[in-house]
Formats: sequence, C-alpha cells, structure tokens
Amino acid sequence: MAERPHLAVIGAGPAGLAASLAAAVHGVRVTLVDAGTEAGGQFYRQPAAALGARRPQTLHHQWRTWERLRTGLDGQIAAGRIRHLPDHHVWCVERESGDGGFGVHALVGPMQDDGVVVRADAVLVATGGHETVLPFPGWTLPGVVTAGGAQAMLKGGLVLPGRTVVVAGTGPLLLPVATGLATAGAHVAALVESADPRALLRHSSALAAQPGKLTEGARYTARLLRHRVRALVRHTVVEAHGTDRLESVTVAALGTDGRVRPGSERRIPCDTLAVGHGMLPHTDLAETLGCALDGTDVRVDDEQRTDVPGVWAAGEATGIGGAALALAEGHIAGRSIAARLHGSAPDPRTWAAAARARTRLRTFFAAVDAVFAPPVGWVEQATDDTVVCRCEEVTAGEVRSAVGGFGAGDLRTVKLLTRAGMGWCQGRMCGPAVAGVSGCTLTTPRRPLARPVPLGVLAGVSEEGLPALSEEDLE
Amino acid sequence: MAKRLTCDVVVVGAGMVGAACALYAARAGLDVVVVDRGPVAGGTTGAGEGNLLVSDKERGPELELALLSARLWAELAEEFGSAVEYEPKGGVVVAATTEALASLKDFAAAQHAAGVMTEVVDADQVRSLEPHLAPGLAGGVLYSQDAQVMPALAAAHLVRASGARLCTGRTVTGVLRTAEGAVRGVRTDDGEIHAPAVINAAGTWGGDVAALAGAHLPVLPRRGFVLVTEPLPRLVRHKVYAADYVADVASDSAALQTSPVVEGTAAGPVLIGASRERVGFDRSFSLPVVRSLALGATRLFPFLERVRALRTYVGFRPYLPDHLPAIGPDPRVPGLFHACGHEGAGIGLATGTGHLIAQALGGKTTDLDLTAFRPDRFSGDEVNSP
Amino acid sequence: MNPLELADAQPGPAFTVTFDGRTIEALPGQTVAAALWAAGVTAWRSTRGAGRPRGVFCGIGMCFDCLVTVNDLPNQRACLVPVRPGDTIRTQEGTGHDG
Repeated sequence: MAERPHLAVIGAGPAGLAASLAAAVHGVRVTLVDAGTEAGGQFYRQPAAALGARRPQTLHHQWRTWERLRTGLDGQIAAGRIRHLPDHHVWCVERESGDGGFGVHALVGPMQDDGVVVRADAVLVATGGHETVLPFPGWTLPGVVTAGGAQAMLKGGLVLPGRTVVVAGTGPLLLPVATGLATAGAHVAALVESADPRALLRHSSALAAQPGKLTEGARYTARLLRHRVRALVRHTVVEAHGTDRLESVTVAALGTDGRVRPGSERRIPCDTLAVGHGMLPHTDLAETLGCALDGTDVRVDDEQRTDVPGVWAAGEATGIGGAALALAEGHIAGRSIAARLHGSAPDPRTWAAAARARTRLRTFFAAVDAVFAPPVGWVEQATDDTVVCRCEEVTAGEVRSAVGGFGAGDLRTVKLLTRAGMGWCQGRMCGPAVAGVSGCTLTTPRRPLARPVPLGVLAGVSEEGLPALSEEDLE
Repeated sequence: MAKRLTCDVVVVGAGMVGAACALYAARAGLDVVVVDRGPVAGGTTGAGEGNLLVSDKERGPELELALLSARLWAELAEEFGSAVEYEPKGGVVVAATTEALASLKDFAAAQHAAGVMTEVVDADQVRSLEPHLAPGLAGGVLYSQDAQVMPALAAAHLVRASGARLCTGRTVTGVLRTAEGAVRGVRTDDGEIHAPAVINAAGTWGGDVAALAGAHLPVLPRRGFVLVTEPLPRLVRHKVYAADYVADVASDSAALQTSPVVEGTAAGPVLIGASRERVGFDRSFSLPVVRSLALGATRLFPFLERVRALRTYVGFRPYLPDHLPAIGPDPRVPGLFHACGHEGAGIGLATGTGHLIAQALGGKTTDLDLTAFRPDRFSGDEVNSP
Repeated sequence: MNPLELADAQPGPAFTVTFDGRTIEALPGQTVAAALWAAGVTAWRSTRGAGRPRGVFCGIGMCFDCLVTVNDLPNQRACLVPVRPGDTIRTQEGTGHDG
C-alpha cells in the first residue's frame, strides 16, 4: 500500500487549523508545526496550561468556533492523522532536490537552540502576520507596547501591562484590545483612533457583504461605554513622555488633511500606551521558497495555491483579513491539498460556502484598509531625533540624510547606509516606518533565515531529522 | 526633450570601483558624471564584506595593485575615517596542520619578498592574537596590512566627496562613438551624456557595458553567500581565515568551494564567508552552501556554535578567466577605459584602480605597469572554458 | 477584577526567582516577561548604542526588544521563555555578551 501523502502546515492559527482539519479528514497525514506553546495562533491565543485557566473564554470572542477547531484537532491527533509540534519555530523551508519534497527546518523550545527537520510532500504557509507601529517621539519608552502585544500578554500570560492604559493608533484591532484590557481590570484612559470608523458606512457594498461586523463593532462600543472609556476619533498620539518609563502621552486632533490641528494637544497621564497601525503578512518562508508576492502578500490562486508547485498559503500571509477569512482560506487550501496530493483536481463546489465567505470578507477588508490608513501627517511627527529602527537605534534624521545627502532611493540602500533594518528583528518592525520617513516604496527584503539560527544548528551539528509519521502511527 | 549632459568623463557604475574612479578623476581636475542603473552600491559592493587584503594575493601584478591600494586606503582613512568604518585590524591566516603551515610559510615568504609585511606565528601566538580560536591549530601568519571598510558607506562617501554628478536609476543603453570610432559619451534611457572618455566600472556587468562599445571582455559572475551574526563584542579581532582560502580564490573550478573567512565588524556582527560557485546570476537561497559556511566558521571559532546568524545575503563577484581585473584604456575603442573584473577583491583594489585610471585619463605614466590588466588580452575563446 | 480572576485561573503554587538580585514571585506557566510585568517591572534591557531601557514591545517574539539574560544566557526573548523556579534574571546590557 502506498503511503499516504504528508503535508506540513506551518502555523496553528485559524488558517493552519482549518487547513489541517480539512486535509486530515480527506486522507492526508498532517504535521502541524507551530511556534506557539498551544494551538490557536494570535487570535485564539490560549493561556499556558499551567496557569489553570478555567474560563479562558472571558478573554476571547467567537469562542464556539475555537471549541469546534480544538475538538476537531484533538480528534485528529487522537486518530493519529495530525501530529502537532508546538514550540517549533520554523526558520527555513527548503525545496529538496530530487523527489520534489520539502524540508521544514525548525528550532525547538523557548531558547530555540536545537533544530529539527520535518520532511513533507507539500507545505501550507499559514504564518499569519504581525502588527506595524509607526514611530513618534517617545515610542521606545518602556510602557509603550503594541496593541497586539498587550492583548497577547493578556490572553497568554493573564497579565496586564500597567494600571492606566491609552490604546491608540488605527485599525479594527484597537476596539477589542481596549475592551479586553478594560474587562480584565485596567483603567483605559482613552481609545485614540486616527481614522473615523464611520467612514466605513460609506463603503456600503462592504458592509452589505458583512453585516455581522457592524453588530460586532456595536457590541465592543457598548462594552467600552460600560467601562467609561473615552473614545477620541480622528485623534493621534503625538508624543510619549517619561524619562525611563512612560508617564503620559500627548494626544491631538487631526484635521481633514490628516495633520495635527495646532492647539488641540492635551496630555493624558498613563503608565501604558498600547499602539498599533495595522498589520503586515509574514512572507519570509514563502519568499525563500520562490513564491511570487503581490505587494506584501503571498500570491495565491482560487485554490490558495502559490505559484510554486507543492506550496499553498492561507490566512494573513496572503493578505490581512482577520480570523474568519483565514478560516475560509484554510479550509479551501486543505481541500485543495487533499485532492492534489491524491492526484486529482479538486471540485470547487465542495467549498462553495467558504469561497463565498472569502469573497465577502476580502471585499470588507479592502474597505477596512482604506478607512484605517494611518494619517498622512505621521511622518512629520517623527522628528529627526526620533528612533525609527529600534534594534540598531537609527533615527529619522539619519534616514533622511541617507536620502538627502547620499541619494538613497530604495529601502535596501537606506539600510546599507544607516543600518536601519539590520538588527535582531531584521526590519520587521521598522520597514513601514523607514519607508515612510525615506519616501521609498515599502518592499519586503528577502530573509532566507526567517528567524535567528544558532550557527551550530545551521552547521547541522545539532539538527536532527524527525521521523515521518509512519503508517503504524496512523493505526 | 531628452536630457543632455556634458562632462570630461562618464563613469558607468556607482559601486566601490566607480566611486574610487570618480574621486581620483575629480581630484585630477576632471568634471565627472557617475551613472548607474541602480542605486549607489546596489550590486556586488552592497553584498561584500569590505575586505582590503594583501594576504590572499600571491606575488605578481595583483599583489602590487593591492599594496598600492592599501597605501591609498590608509590615506583616505585620514579623511573619511570612521564614517566608512575603516579598520586597519590585520589578517590572520591559520593552518591546521604542520604541512599546511609549511606551505603557508613558503607562500608568505614570497609575499614578504614582494613587500608584504608578514609575521609567522606559532600555535601559542595564534591563540594570543585570537583567544577564541579552536585549539590545536599548528600556527599561522599575521598580515598587519589587511584592513576592512564598510563597502556601501565607503562607496557613498567617495562618490559624494568626488563632487561628481550622480545619476542613479539610469541605465546606459549605448556607447556613443565618433565617425573615427572614438568614444564621445553614452546613451541612457534618460538622455545622452557626452564626454570624450567613458570608464566601464560596471563590475559583474562590465562585459555587457564593454559589448555596448563593441569590445569583448568576458566578465562572469561567481556567486558568494555571506552570513551575518547577532551583534557581539570584539571576540574576533582580525580577519581570520584558513590557509585553503587562497587556493579557492585562485581556483578555476565551477563547483562549490567554501573556506571559512571570519571577521568582526565595527558595528558588532561577525561576518562569515566565503563560498564560490559559478551558477550564473541565480539569486536563490542555497541552504547547503550556507550550512558549509556555518560549519567552517564554527570549526575555526567553536564559540560561534551558540551565536545566532541573523541574516544571509548573496552577491556576484565579477571575475575574468585569469583572475586579474581589466584596468586601463581599451586599445580597440579610443576613449574607453575599463575598471572592472576584480572578483572578490574589488573593494580593496578600488583605490589603486581609481588612481591608475585617473593617471591614464590624464595621459600620465601610471605608477604600475598595466600590461597584465590589459582589457584586450582575451581572445574570445575562453568564455566557454570551464 | 484582574486577569487571573477573570479567567478563573487556578495555577500551581507561586515560586520565587530573582531579578537583578531582587526576589520576585512568579506563577507556573508565566513567561519571564509576564512574571516581570506582574512584579511591576517594565524594563530589563539597556540598548548597546544609547544605553536606553527597553522591555516588552510586540509581545509575540517578533521585535526582540525584550531580550534579557536568564541564568547567564543572554539574548533570551522574555516574552517567549517560560519562567522557572530559581531563575536568575538579569538586566541585559549591550550585546549581552560584554564581560
């Protein structure tokens, strides 16, 4: 009997889970490789088991969807069709010469100092995304965290960043972060949103496609009111103050031109600022495999296939669109993979509902993107002495002089001349900031090493091959 | 209306060699335009480690050029200093066995006779020069003239200091010739630039620029990967490499060769090279190559096993079949000068090259005999040789 | 209300670790960053350029701002590494490898 085909899914968020389940149910052996200690990704981030949370759902929404995914995953693991590798941090996926298979190289454990390699016939890139934050004076002070980071620490560690929090920036994430922090006991002194969410109403086609999102927004707003959170729409944080840690922020109103209205500044005392300006997809692994990108997103077809044979992608990696879209894309990818790995063309009718949801949600998030664009004036807020690259401590002034003094006209040259983007995070945090300050187009640099890799692991001294899931494992 | 510029000399290529040509030509009183289809340091310069080496060159014309270049770099360092991260840190070549040490000593003795400062060091001295080296090495040679710069910064600063007009993002599409065949400028995708002299400093793409002028110059790419670690204090003090590196540099093989080259930088990260492959302009990542770099480096410096690599990048060394650059006037095309094909040594050899080109432009006797670097020395048969 | 109450958490018994020599309490399942936050500590790194304090920023292992020295191992991401009884946590200076 021929061995069942083997799929490696990278990322156990909504997209990776939906794909794993769809593929496993249809006769594919799945290894689910994930950096988290628990499945769920960022959206369904779970508290560590040892914290003994009996009611983690109080920190979440769409909990029933999560329960269905969790139950499905447990069932498939028990049946031996899915192997879940938590705390595995993938640093490279290599197309192996010869049989057309793939090697998924991961670092194991929280210290990430040992390596393993998983071999597979196909790969699904469900690597999600990360938040972007645009710089302003004081944003490197301790106490300034990303909005998603505050949420992750709350969901995963059951801990708050401080007592008095300002939530600021732009995007649909701010509302759930503010309500989550308030519900967990923080005093949310203000929710500062630079866009006007009412502008979404003008995108009537988007809302018609997604009426549930209005109700969701209304529910959050009601909770904010209950916690007496002040919402400042069309406002922005212009500076964070403090010497060795955050003490207050200055917020100001934005004019219709996207710039700060002079005289509208006011100070809000706080010990925490949770700030975010949207998200970017994680595309490093896909790009190193040779997958084409559309702008910052991995390009996929209707079946969620990339242009590299054997490589699929789903969820935020193919464009930011939230958990529901990730689930739809993951499901479609899983069905497509199962059919293709068994040598047949899939029947799209089997995923018609998911395809409809995908279309609706993509339309909706295109409107969200348009409405929640950062205000144009942010670049002026980044004064010359404001650090833009947090790792290498490169200031906006240094970036500007690379452009003005040396004629740098692209992000790579700015990086070479200033070191912005050369540090530990490899420009993941500062990419959009450097692009904005330099006036260069935002491009994703190639990162063949998707994570820092100990040279000993790279040398192969301490990397071991995991046995493929055997047929015996499946019985 | 198409733009039209007029100047004394057009430098094609805004890499390190083009920058040095621009600087020395401008200092000789010429009005210079530098044109590049990409940005400053966008090609091999931006993908290099910034080696200014005499240690890896055997006695001969390239070593003479390296010694001249080292002197000129030291002069420029007075001017640019830390802005280009110039570090006269010296190189240490190590040998694992007594046999390897013996041949290294012979090699160094010949270099010494040619004017290179060399110091043979025994196993204990090697360890005191580099305390984190693996134990058990037989010994090595210290080359105090080896140095390093940050190549992209160096190119950017030299271009700026030259005062040359810099036209980036502008592709040269033709070399303009008079009825008699002499150069009268270049055609670009954004107008013509008129000048009686054109310098081909297009590095790995120098063969294409030569072809635009109807001249044959078989520059080919030799791919190399560099690994960059997390920032560290000065645990690696010199440029350190194993004696077999020199053999790889001089090799004609197309197959993959790696020999560990490890050095710290002013900015903190340790740089690890050096791989050599002839695979055309293939930019795709090769895990096996990077693995062999990591293996070589951790054998030399065991502490690196726990140090993390943050990134890796690829570049293409411009090499000519006899491993010597093309420097000087092209007798086939009056007014065309070549300054390319420096393989992995272009950063180091840039100053000497720029200086000699400026002398040649001015019709002066050059400080070095350029015969070995003659651009018309290739017959046209060598392109397909292995 | 606090998050532990909200989620009705029943962790195992608390244990102690040290941060720059000071004893702090931690809970099983917490990361180093969560334990430090719970103890009111928000900075545990000093940058190698300007010597500025840093702590958690992205909270998900992406930004490397929360690098810390745990049991003499530098450059650990506090937001990922679980805290263990008896851990010696130190503010990381510079590259973490300096003397």
